[in-house]
Amino acid sequence: MATLRIDKLNKAYGDVQVLKDIELAISDGEFVVLVGPSGCGKSTLLRMIAGLDGVTSGDIHIGERRVTNLEPSQRKIAMVFQSYALYPHMNVRKNMTFGLKFSGMKQAEMDRRVAEAARMLRLDQLLERRPRELSGGQRQRVAIGRAIVREPDVFLFDEPLSNLDAALRVSTRVEIAKLHRLLGATMVYVTHDQTEAMTLADRIVVMNQGRVAQVGRPLDLYYTPANLFVAGFIGSPAMNFFDARVEKKGPGSVTLSGMAFKPFELAATSFAPAVGAKIKIGVRPEHLGSPTPTGFQLAGAVELVERLGETSYAYIRGGGETQVVAEIRGRDAPSAGQTVILGAPDRELHLFDEAGERIAAA
Amino acid sequence: MRSKISAFGVHAVLTAYTFLAVAPILLVVMNSFKSRAAIFGAPVAPPSAATFSLIGYNKALGAAHVGWLFFNSIVVTLVSMGFVLLLGAMAAWALTEYKFRGSTLLALFLSIGVMVPIRLGSIAILTMMRNAHLNDTLIALILVYVAQGLPLSIFILSEFVEQIPKDLRDAARCDGVPETRIFFEVIAPLLRPAIATVAVFTIVPIWNDLWFPLILTSSDTTHTITLGVQQFLGQYVTDWNAVLAALSLAIVPVVVIYVIFSRQLIRGVTAGAVK
Ligand SMILES: Nc1ncnc2c1ncn2[C@@H]1O[C@H](COP(=O)(O)OP(=O)(O)OP(=O)(O)O)[C@@H](O)[C@H]1O
Ligand SMILES: [Mg+2]
Repeated sequence: MATLRIDKLNKAYGDVQVLKDIELAISDGEFVVLVGPSGCGKSTLLRMIAGLDGVTSGDIHIGERRVTNLEPSQRKIAMVFQSYALYPHMNVRKNMTFGLKFSGMKQAEMDRRVAEAARMLRLDQLLERRPRELSGGQRQRVAIGRAIVREPDVFLFDEPLSNLDAALRVSTRVEIAKLHRLLGATMVYVTHDQTEAMTLADRIVVMNQGRVAQVGRPLDLYYTPANLFVAGFIGSPAMNFFDARVEKKGPGSVTLSGMAFKPFELAATSFAPAVGAKIKIGVRPEHLGSPTPTGFQLAGAVELVERLGETSYAYIRGGGETQVVAEIRGRDAPSAGQTVILGAPDRELHLFDEAGERIAAA
Repeated sequence: MRSKISAFGVHAVLTAYTFLAVAPILLVVMNSFKSRAAIFGAPVAPPSAATFSLIGYNKALGAAHVGWLFFNSIVVTLVSMGFVLLLGAMAAWALTEYKFRGSTLLALFLSIGVMVPIRLGSIAILTMMRNAHLNDTLIALILVYVAQGLPLSIFILSEFVEQIPKDLRDAARCDGVPETRIFFEVIAPLLRPAIATVAVFTIVPIWNDLWFPLILTSSDTTHTITLGVQQFLGQYVTDWNAVLAALSLAIVPVVVIYVIFSRQLIRGVTAGAVK
């Protein structure tokens, strides 16, 4: 168990700067999930923490130990790979004990750890099997077991569930959550899957092009994304964005106008952008609903409706050719061709300035 | 229909080639079991009850040093093969895994060995061995054959090393497995099919080689079987029974080794490693 601290971490492959000034402090026992688009450097960051790749500059501390220049084996980490990376010619038991042998551990202690991990992960019956005789889900559990027996300070997971089918993904996700509670270990987890991120994480780190875009608790990211990137990345379907202009600033309110929506007054006592500034308004599809007379309101023609049962997604062409997605719950979804009027309450509006940073409107 | 015709064509060509390759061997083996008169009387006839004779084998095995010849051949071939495989696999791993100063140059240097036949250096090798007082020893032969086999083996094994998932090596490093153990206990077992392939490629030319035993060994105790057979070929009389029998015997070890390795050739060991 330990904290993990990353200071001013940079990584370049040749001329390509892959990680830029990463700062991250993870507390003991915390479950941190790294998300971000493909190629943003999540795996690279994980590999730096593991020590599989050297840093270009910056520092990594695990607990009080500076591990920046230590070998992976000396860092007290364990990593679970997307491809499982099980040793194909060893059975499950050997896969788990292979690494332990080299630390000079006693056989009795190894047996105890394997037995415990096997019990936790329901691998008891499979210990003598080779990886190729296991299903995908079982292989993944073995990979996790191999990490557990090391009793590391920090667990690192690189998209561990992405090779599993949907149902198995859900159940394994739940198991990882239980495991985290049981072990109380510090975990860093990379994923593409929003649901995994939202459900597993104590805190989520959103990365974009080698930088940390925002760090926060899942619901904080959802309700108060710090910038356009995070707003668009977290949530599915993605947030709708509308170009807007600051028309008027009065005491206690600002008036916003745009092509896609009816001009409206927003209650705000402090509002940074000046009159005439171009801003963006973001509204999540699930927050578009019946309009209020004075609030944000848009009208448009429904072009397509996707019905998933409990919810439907309406694709709407609003004013100024703006594409809008609205989530509609229940049975009364509109049909294509209909014109709809939708609105959203003030507190569900996200405002971003020209640089894409969140505008604090209070 | 079309594909049937082309399949037939392919099989016809392969059958013809197989016949070409196997026929001389068959001829040698067949005639080795015949009496001298029958060998010349009907060379392509299989041995019959009347013509069957083991005289060749009696003579060949009766010759005092045939056991030595076999022993030398086997020692030279196996020891060379062992070094070629061990050093080849290690070099292949090092050259693909570690980037160090001059690694590209080294890889290039080794690939020259694939293209340039080692016999071009015979004279230099001969002088070198003499200066090192290694002439007329099996060690000289082994050294030459290791040098001869290494380039191709590194070349082939590098290809296979490339295909081993990098995650395996990373997982082993996270597990705290020392680098040498990663090679010997994780990578090498996965290279087994490739190593078997290279083994077959390596031993056949060594076993069959006539040239280096001829120039590097001079006494009966260091001759190999391929060279030793020549002594049955006299200037005036050739003991064909003995020659054919010795040649037939010389084929056996190669076939045995091939059978052992060919099982490995097919086996896909990596199944289950990833995904
Ligand atoms: N060994 C390397 N040499 C050069 N560039 C590399 C190397 N490894 C990664 N990169 C580059 O670094 C960037 C980040 O890669 P990384 O694998 O960390 O992305 P990721 O966020 O894990 O993506 P994904 O979600 O697709 O796994 C990519 O643009 C990649 O091309
Ligand atoms: Mg990745």
